[in-house]
Amino acid sequence: MTTSPLYDVLIVGAGLAGMRAAISAYEQGAKVAVLTKVHPVRSHSNAAQGGINAALTDRGDKWEDHAFETVKGSDYLGDQDAIEVLAREAGKDIITLEHMGVIFNRNEEGLLGTRRFGGQKRARTFFVSDFTGQALLHVLYEQIMQAKIPVYEEWFVTSLLKNDQGHCSGLVAFEIRSGKFSLFRAKTVIMASGGLGRVYEPSTNALICTGDGMALAYRAGAPLMDMEMVQYHPTTLKGKGLLITEAARGEGAYLLNKQGERFMERYAPTMLELASRDVVSRAEQIEINEGRGINGCVLLDCRHLGRSFIQERLGQIYAEAKTFANIDLAEEPLPIRPGMHYQMGGIKTDTEGRCWDPQGHWKGLPGLLAAGETACVSLHGANRLGANSLLDTVVFGRRAGQCAAEYAKTIPAPVISDSAVQADRQLIETLLARQGPGERAAALRLEMGTTMNRYVSVFREEDGLETARQHIQSLKARWSGIAIQDKGHVFNTGMIATLELGFMLDCAEAIIAGAITRTESRGAHFRTDYLDRDDEDWLKHILLYHQADAEPDIHYLPVRITQWQPQVRIY
Amino acid sequence: MKTTLRVRRFDPEADPPMGYVQEYRLETEPSETVLDGLIKVRETLDDSLALRCSCRGAICGSCGMRINGHAALACKTKVISVAPADGTIEVEPMHNMPVIKDLVTDMAPFWSKIRQIQPWLQPPGTAPKAEYTASPEAMTHLSGVMSCIMCGVCVSDCTVLEVDKTFVGPAALAKAYRFVADPRDAATLRRLNALNQPGGMWDCTRCMECIQVCPKGVAPMDRIMALRANGMAAKVPSTCGSRHAEVFTDIIKHKGILDEPMLAVRTFGLKHVGRLLGMVPMVLQSVFKGKVPKSGPLHRPIPGIHHIQRLFKRMRVKS
Repeated sequence: MTTSPLYDVLIVGAGLAGMRAAISAYEQGAKVAVLTKVHPVRSHSNAAQGGINAALTDRGDKWEDHAFETVKGSDYLGDQDAIEVLAREAGKDIITLEHMGVIFNRNEEGLLGTRRFGGQKRARTFFVSDFTGQALLHVLYEQIMQAKIPVYEEWFVTSLLKNDQGHCSGLVAFEIRSGKFSLFRAKTVIMASGGLGRVYEPSTNALICTGDGMALAYRAGAPLMDMEMVQYHPTTLKGKGLLITEAARGEGAYLLNKQGERFMERYAPTMLELASRDVVSRAEQIEINEGRGINGCVLLDCRHLGRSFIQERLGQIYAEAKTFANIDLAEEPLPIRPGMHYQMGGIKTDTEGRCWDPQGHWKGLPGLLAAGETACVSLHGANRLGANSLLDTVVFGRRAGQCAAEYAKTIPAPVISDSAVQADRQLIETLLARQGPGERAAALRLEMGTTMNRYVSVFREEDGLETARQHIQSLKARWSGIAIQDKGHVFNTGMIATLELGFMLDCAEAIIAGAITRTESRGAHFRTDYLDRDDEDWLKHILLYHQADAEPDIHYLPVRITQWQPQVRIY
Repeated sequence: MKTTLRVRRFDPEADPPMGYVQEYRLETEPSETVLDGLIKVRETLDDSLALRCSCRGAICGSCGMRINGHAALACKTKVISVAPADGTIEVEPMHNMPVIKDLVTDMAPFWSKIRQIQPWLQPPGTAPKAEYTASPEAMTHLSGVMSCIMCGVCVSDCTVLEVDKTFVGPAALAKAYRFVADPRDAATLRRLNALNQPGGMWDCTRCMECIQVCPKGVAPMDRIMALRANGMAAKVPSTCGSRHAEVFTDIIKHKGILDEPMLAVRTFGLKHVGRLLGMVPMVLQSVFKGKVPKSGPLHRPIPGIHHIQRLFKRMRVKS
């Protein structure tokens, strides 16, 4: 076993949030390292296609408009102080990204160009064709290479460490390539490990999105917040659930039902296809459920945009439709359906990214910070606007990096014993020693995914949620019966799948607990047995604390309202 | 349909480490990709089969491997498009990099070559308050190169890297072009001078394999050619590479046929007698194999040379 050097800031995850945090902590002079289970450019930030929002005030946009539309999009569950930070700082962060080298689309004057996105009346989405996430991710990695920030590539975290004062002081991880464990000592840890899409089947998310960070923080004592808020994206491909960007509708594509009707006219007469995602996904599901779909899908029609426009501005989904659905977007409408896409909830943080509250209104884990999809600030509340997730990663990644670096200066080097590694290593050896026949992690994951997609999706109700809860409990019990065929230590992906499944089951349990508790309909959480939003009882966040071998401990936090009182939400 | 995946495996923990071929038989749907097949193997038949994969949509660049003898992304390769009548598909790890286990290769050498070209924007002086202005055409042109996902597929099948490990390779050169062609970058001349060194832009043999296999349409070889043109336009010191291009053109212009002895002499220059002498065995071998034209090694202009010269004139007017 080895022990790492002492880091001021150790970041888990090398997507946009993690790398942005690393760069900002580095700029503060902190000793930084990044640890990630895949090479940085393999991270799931890649998959964000359409763009990144910002109100550039020097061109007549108002950050207040962006903030209000985000608040409305969140169905008033987003914390408005955090949303104000996001909207106010967005412009500066976009310019910083441009200066780093992002090749944003330009208008005729050679300035940054924009496109429209859902839930917003003004075009304020900056973009690189339809691979904006990839373009940003590769540029941030260029910056990491330039700064020579150490990156532990292909390391897998098994637990967070706490010192005697209950302060997060590092973590235990093993190198996937060798199976060797190491103890990482750090004054602060920033969790930036992304989402949990694989809890569901199908999902737009990559296979690596397994909620590791949420589960690790949750197990170590940090609360998860608003976990019931799971976004279904309105346009995903049948089968594996690959994403078709909202930019298609932003650029003018229609949604049609079986009769060729633009059905959004009935659901959102003003914003039509560009209503917020929860609204569009629900409308599609109703069309499908009431028999106006085609084989469980509705149609996305891009034909009127013209071939050359599609190929230039939507080239990636043009290729995707061709490869994976055998459809030429310029000639045929594409069958699509709502699919699990994003977790609005996550590890509770404040606006600096801290997973603890110095004022003591809620209890968390000192020394731990979080940013990006794994965190819940909360910006997105009950429904995230398209192109706000990339913005979330760069604004709050930067803030978390800065806060961690400053905080690290104020605290002494942590004392932790290396005995912490023993337990995790023992767990691995126990898993490897188990002889077959046993269950397969992949089979259990599939059961979990289809259960979640059936009962905890666009429409939910008590009985279904209870069924899901019991099923997840039984899967948790069966987890310890998994047998891994691969007995080696080098690149044992069967082992990793098993550990990831353990994380995902904790996340699934939290999602269901939140969904059962919230007896109202708000944003992405739609209860057919409680049809209305209930501001009197439920204008509050649900905080879940992990308890070993018991249901989560439930707490509440009021929503922070600054200037926008809840209103009826019509698009 | 019935499909057999013949996978070249490698077990680094066997004593001694061992390579072998394993066949997996499974059913695949017409819509499924080679990656779907491999995931099915891993999830239902043999969880010890190691591979990298993540997005399933050709954007993360994890699942580069060789399929029926050519590198590709497994997630973008339909079983139906590569399976012959008997349904057997050959799957191997990428070439030109060490294998860690099964289909997982060590990408460290790949990344060290990427780092070699200083892959970050180097703008002049202090940044403006707002964004840099740049033409929409320039940015759209760059997005064609920026769509490179660093999957390593071009490097795997690069025929130069197969024989010369010092070559910086197609992925790094395409990345270098991304900065050379960026109007915001101020290090163009320094970059071109660095690329002008041995192992750089002149070492590509234009076999086109990288264009053929690139899953994102980046066309690395075309970017390498653009780098050369940029280098010559910027008058970076001439090398055997650039002289080869110039002399080649000049000979065709004056003779209408390639005069190889002249090409060698003028490319190397009389200063490099040693390198010229080094070619003698090859020349002799060519003579024995009957590769020298009957008219002898020296060429006169071909009949109708004026047609060729007219083409050259027309090209000059056009450019």
